[in-house]
Amino acid sequence: MIASINVVIPRTKDAALATLAENAGKCTLLAGGTDLMVALEDGRFTSKLVVDLSRLTELRFVRRESDELVIGALATYTDLLRSPHVAQMAPELVLCAREVGAAAIQNRGTLAGSVANASPAGDPLPVLLARDAGIEVASVRGTRTILATQFFVGYRRTALAPDEMITAIRIPAPKVGERFYWRKVGTRRAQSIAKMVLALRATATNGTLQAIAIGVGCAGPTPLRTPKTEALVAGQRLDKMLIDEARRSLAAEVAPIDDLRSTAVYRRRVAGNVLATFLASLT
Amino acid sequence: MKILLGVNGVSKTVEVAPMRRLLDVLRLDLALTGTKEGCGEGECGACSVLLDGVLVNACLIPICQTDGAQIVTVEGLSNGAALSPLQRSFVSEGGAQCGICTPGMLVASHALLNQTPHPSEAQIREGLAGNLCRCTGYTKIVAAVQKAAATP
Ligand SMILES: Cc1cc2nc3c(=O)[nH]c(=O)nc-3n(C[C@H](O)[C@H](O)[C@H](O)COP(=O)(O)OP(=O)(O)OC[C@H]3O[C@@H](n4cnc5c(N)ncnc54)[C@H](O)[C@@H]3O)c2cc1C
Ligand code: FES
Ligand code: FES
Repeated sequence: MIASINVVIPRTKDAALATLAENAGKCTLLAGGTDLMVALEDGRFTSKLVVDLSRLTELRFVRRESDELVIGALATYTDLLRSPHVAQMAPELVLCAREVGAAAIQNRGTLAGSVANASPAGDPLPVLLARDAGIEVASVRGTRTILATQFFVGYRRTALAPDEMITAIRIPAPKVGERFYWRKVGTRRAQSIAKMVLALRATATNGTLQAIAIGVGCAGPTPLRTPKTEALVAGQRLDKMLIDEARRSLAAEVAPIDDLRSTAVYRRRVAGNVLATFLASLT
Repeated sequence: MKILLGVNGVSKTVEVAPMRRLLDVLRLDLALTGTKEGCGEGECGACSVLLDGVLVNACLIPICQTDGAQIVTVEGLSNGAALSPLQRSFVSEGGAQCGICTPGMLVASHALLNQTPHPSEAQIREGLAGNLCRCTGYTKIVAAVQKAAATP
């Protein structure tokens, strides 16, 4: 089975896009392999052609471009942890990258691979939703940027066309006064898939919660935003009553399931509690 | 696919399927059985090796990604029969019992000490968080790494 898989190893992005265009829908991209190799081992991998992106050094970067943090598709979690730009512009992504798997996984796994994999439990995906990040994708037809909030279209399904690949993730720079938070609840810190994961972005001034964005994982078929709770609490006086209301609203709005890692009841409660903890820290 | 790679400083050429795991090439094609297979899916760290100096799980690396690379396995840590200070600490502190996790623990500890020569206990536990041990309860492994770090 493994012997029947062919691999193409493009050296440039353009060569990769040409290969992708020729084999649209019939090939699988390979980056760090931390999801793909597990699928191969489990027998869930059926593709006969792999396009190995790992030699595309032009896509392995983390940089600041005026008002955006730009993370190249081949940047690993370890690259994120070493980048001063990430520390400055997306501190919650640092918290997250430190808890993805363990060192060996962080050394190989890429943020773009997680985005393409589109797991509802993907640790960094709520961050991208809460930050209104853009997913930059390219094909021989050109480049476009899809909002993270429009990228995850169904269970493990994305807005990528068959001939497209992710080239970068673009995160808008923090606005004045914005605060960020990320929290995963799992069985242990290292090497565990989340029971519940939340990313938060908020601005509070003079006791008022000006704006909030909530990204949640393990709460439905895709990572998602919770617009009802966001609208309910934005612009309100940030006091105990509001925090309790926010907790109840989020617990009701998320739609988790019972599975082998946790129960829906537990997940709802934890989501509400994490939000309440964050809001309390803003007062 | 023809792959040229350095293993513990020795050049090797193998002709294998491109998606074959580095773990299998090491153990089966190159007869370096120090690297172990526990889970086969990145969870246990028994297959830890260095790829161009970076800690990876050999069960998650397709061989096509190693063409031109330098690999270090547990066999490369000692100088023939002469154990490294880190290996000697594992022996003296009782950091190995059944031994199945030990090659991975050694390689991961080696990678940690390369990067952080004097790690705190928390840094050791974080650096070894991807390596599972059913026997020791970890305490003696941590002590072994601490001792190696303190050895000049
Ligand atoms: C032991 C272990 C522990 C883990 N722990 C965690 C954890 O705690 N939290 C967590 O969130 N994840 C975890 N993961 C999952 C995994 O590490 C991440 O999802 C990782 O980010 C995937 O990136 P990759 O580069 O390895 O992807 P790959 O495995 O190479 O690819 C994953 C998918 O993305 C596609 N793809 C890759 N790059 C692109 C691109 N540029 N454009 C389009 N498609 C692309 C591939 O075709 C494939 O479908 C763990 C995995 C393992 C094995
Ligand atoms: S065998 Fe590779 S991590 Fe377990
Ligand atoms: S010594 Fe037996 S698993 Fe670690």
